[in-house]
Amino acid sequence: MERAEREKAAGLSFPEEVASRLGGETIKLCYQCGTCASSCPVAKITPNFNPRELIKLSLLGERDEVISGDAIWLCCSCYNCQERCPQKVEIAEVIYALRNIAFEEGRIPPIYSEFASALLRDGRIIKVSKFVEKKRSTLGLPPLKPTGVEALTRILSATGFNKLYERRERK
Amino acid sequence: MKRYALFLGCTIPARQPNYELSARKALTKLGIELVDLAETTCCAPPPVRSIDLETSLAVAAYNICLAEEAGLDLVTLCSGCFESLSVANNMLKGDEHLKNRINRVLSEVGKEFLGSRSVKHYLQVLVEDVGIERLKRNVSRSLSGLRAAAFYGCHALRPSGLLGLDDPERPRILDDLIEALGAESVEYRNKLKCCGGLLRGYSDELALDLAREKIINASRAGADCIVTLCPFCFVALDMGQLQMRSRYKETYDMPILHYSELLCLALGADPKELAVQTHKVKIDKVLDKVL
Repeated sequence: MERAEREKAAGLSFPEEVASRLGGETIKLCYQCGTCASSCPVAKITPNFNPRELIKLSLLGERDEVISGDAIWLCCSCYNCQERCPQKVEIAEVIYALRNIAFEEGRIPPIYSEFASALLRDGRIIKVSKFVEKKRSTLGLPPLKPTGVEALTRILSATGFNKLYERRERK
Repeated sequence: MKRYALFLGCTIPARQPNYELSARKALTKLGIELVDLAETTCCAPPPVRSIDLETSLAVAAYNICLAEEAGLDLVTLCSGCFESLSVANNMLKGDEHLKNRINRVLSEVGKEFLGSRSVKHYLQVLVEDVGIERLKRNVSRSLSGLRAAAFYGCHALRPSGLLGLDDPERPRILDDLIEALGAESVEYRNKLKCCGGLLRGYSDELALDLAREKIINASRAGADCIVTLCPFCFVALDMGQLQMRSRYKETYDMPILHYSELLCLALGADPKELAVQTHKVKIDKVLDKVL
């Protein structure tokens, strides 16, 4: 998130804050019809996740409950809800925006920490081991070209990703 | 001969040599030249988007810049890579303000996103560059008698406005490609429902519940195998079946094949050349039926 946006977001209500962020722009269009919830594969198997309720809580300004809760991490990112929303609320993107806020505040599940540290270290979220890399030639696969770790490090520093992660590490 | 920059991503070279091998063999045999680019990185898929959307767009755009510099369109084997790169490509192409914002980040590494190239999933390359009719003419071992359950997963299809691969509610591309090989594409319940792959690692229980439902529905429809187009769906359903055995005390034996593996078999490949030992659920049932 750019600094100007962050400063602007500081004085806003929660729905405004979400709407001011990349991915969160459409949140206020929601009229609570529930098409998302009835399209959601996760909502069908657990009472802990319901996209309509998550949007409702956000619109009501229940920031702590939303950001510190389990629900934002239970979206499987299938985009069914977003595809079918009659109001064109980009629900999956809104949930990414909510997760981004949680991350900035250091509330992030361990698996995502692992992804972030792998990205910073290897330039990839899943590393190709030396063993697997060596085996490629016996399978008839060409050698892997080098990964752009250096470029990625500079990009992650330009977007502030590395600082976000360090902050999370301190907490 | 059409040339593409092959974007491998992370999970395929790290864990699925069978996928890479079969895709390279099949595409090359069908006259598609694949170029490996140096200095690519992670595509910045949903796990990275969850951490920071701007970073994910910048990283995806950086990788597209590499293809732009090489003067090539990109082809992916992974739906996650396809989605990340296509979403970034089409968002930036359609939004000057966002493009400028991301280009400010990319200037740190001496890159500029121009929006001059397209990103394709390899199924699109098969349909658009090879063509179904030419594909059929290349089949030397018909898969007739094989009942295959096409599984599209999520990120090849949605968000459809930015991906444009097929109709998100009634896709045909994979069914048509399966039938071009002589196999039957069987209908099954909740065919388009998610495999749960992205919940693995956060909520393994929910992820496994979703994957189990896919296996059960394909079995009930009498499918001999499930055919995937994404390495994450493959893991969720293949490795997933081992985890289902211990969690639900139920035994499943549903072979999961990448479409490219099925394609290689139809093009006459010897299974010994395809690293099929990578599969957790053995695919012998399928081989017995088609060889």
